[in-house]
Amino acid sequence: MTLNIQQIPAKSGRPVNTQPPILKVDRLFKSFGSNKVLVNFSMEISEGENVVVLGKSGSGKSVLIKCIIGLLTPDSGSIKIFGSDIGQLDDHQLDETRSKIGFLFQSNALYDSMTVRENLEFPLRRHWIKLSQEEVDRMVIKALEDVNLAQTIDMMPGELSGGMRKRIALARTLILKPKIILYDEPTTGLDPITAREIIDLMIEIHKKYNTSSLVITHDMNCVKLAADRIIMLINGKCHATGTYEELKALTDPQIKEFFRHES
Amino acid sequence: MIPLHTSKGWKDFFLEAGEFSRFSGRYFGQWYRPRYETREFIRQCYLIGFKSLPLVGLTAFILGLVLTMQLRPSMVEYGVESQLPAIVGISVVREIGPVITALIFAGKIGSSIGAELGSMRVTEQIDAMEVSGTNPFKYLVITRVMATTLMLPVLVILGDAISLYGSYLGVNIRGNTSFQLYWTQIFENLSFKDVIPAFIKSFFFGLVVGLVGCYKGFTTKKGTEGVGLSANSAVVVSSVLIFLVDLLAVQITDVLGFT
Repeated sequence: MTLNIQQIPAKSGRPVNTQPPILKVDRLFKSFGSNKVLVNFSMEISEGENVVVLGKSGSGKSVLIKCIIGLLTPDSGSIKIFGSDIGQLDDHQLDETRSKIGFLFQSNALYDSMTVRENLEFPLRRHWIKLSQEEVDRMVIKALEDVNLAQTIDMMPGELSGGMRKRIALARTLILKPKIILYDEPTTGLDPITAREIIDLMIEIHKKYNTSSLVITHDMNCVKLAADRIIMLINGKCHATGTYEELKALTDPQIKEFFRHES
Repeated sequence: MIPLHTSKGWKDFFLEAGEFSRFSGRYFGQWYRPRYETREFIRQCYLIGFKSLPLVGLTAFILGLVLTMQLRPSMVEYGVESQLPAIVGISVVREIGPVITALIFAGKIGSSIGAELGSMRVTEQIDAMEVSGTNPFKYLVITRVMATTLMLPVLVILGDAISLYGSYLGVNIRGNTSFQLYWTQIFENLSFKDVIPAFIKSFFFGLVVGLVGCYKGFTTKKGTEGVGLSANSAVVVSSVLIFLVDLLAVQITDVLGFT
């Protein structure tokens, strides 16, 4: 069963789905052995839209996001980002496309052997971008100021708290000024206050840089605050789409289960 | 470790061997191609080579000293005490120096590479690298394998020299041999047939340690538990392979008339 719900204007006030999608996932299948993780999954994200994929642990959310960025290869189906089919790109084109995408990993994935400064410089240096040291320094400081952690520039990731590490990881995704940011469980493992700070930061970044975002989560607070539109991922399929209020009003038992504690 | 007493164990063993061969093939197919990660390679040479020197030096010194002290009574008994520097020199340069240095190297560097790459794998740092426009195989694997391949022969040469100094001390604990006479005796009895094969095989020892450590780390599964397993099996597998390579090297040098 797939419940398709009429779109309403997004929280930002912009009407959604009026422009060509910047991300289009079409009939995606992915399995590991006999375990079918994604089954005929389709979705779209328009420019400036915040989409949350909501599902239980093990429902295939992280697999979906890794297929989108090209870390996993789907069994069939297509993923188009900025009009390019991610599966058809050569290494250089894939690198170029990835430079427009920010990815916040669930575990932050900060390089332990590098300082915060080196962590932020790394994507700038690696994407074949020619920049002077002064420009790099300026961009690093700007990204750190955006997450209010400029003072940590010469610290090692091991010296930072969980929330600070998440912010630094976010600064690293911002440094290339991506057009779309993919968040993999951004609030997992954080206390409620820090989780709220991270959600507020995500919303602030969205407004400031006019980025689109795809958030993978099962945190209902994150869903409520950050989503223009929600996609319910159940049993590897797109079970329903709609706004928070629309989905909350549905009587489908699998959807109601997510909203049970919210009421 | 893979249990080889069951048919599943053998199947897993051959699957693992196949995966390792494919990983090694990927290394040989990519190491000479750009993009060259020169900065990271130099950093790894420093970490792998220079930082291993104190441990290699200490063990080599003790090895030379102990070997000499253990050999002396038998040589005195047979009345060939004067040949002690020559015997120790040939033993250290041809066999004991390269193999012991390689085993120490496998313990220190193999486990360190296995644990480092394993932890990077389970904390998604390798994925993050790929997303950041970096080929993690080139950046992490090729630089480390090249560094181990090039640094181990250097450590073997230095280790041999330190070991022979240790032996000189051992000779003089109960005897009285001048420094000049000691080294003259060693060099008079050493030839290129002794030095060259030992030097060449140490490149292969380094290659084995690097490849196994990187393979184990790069393919780590099962979270943090897997990191420990990777570090452990990197040491065990590379140590066994060092002996196999040594066996092969002896056969080849024998066939080529280097014995």
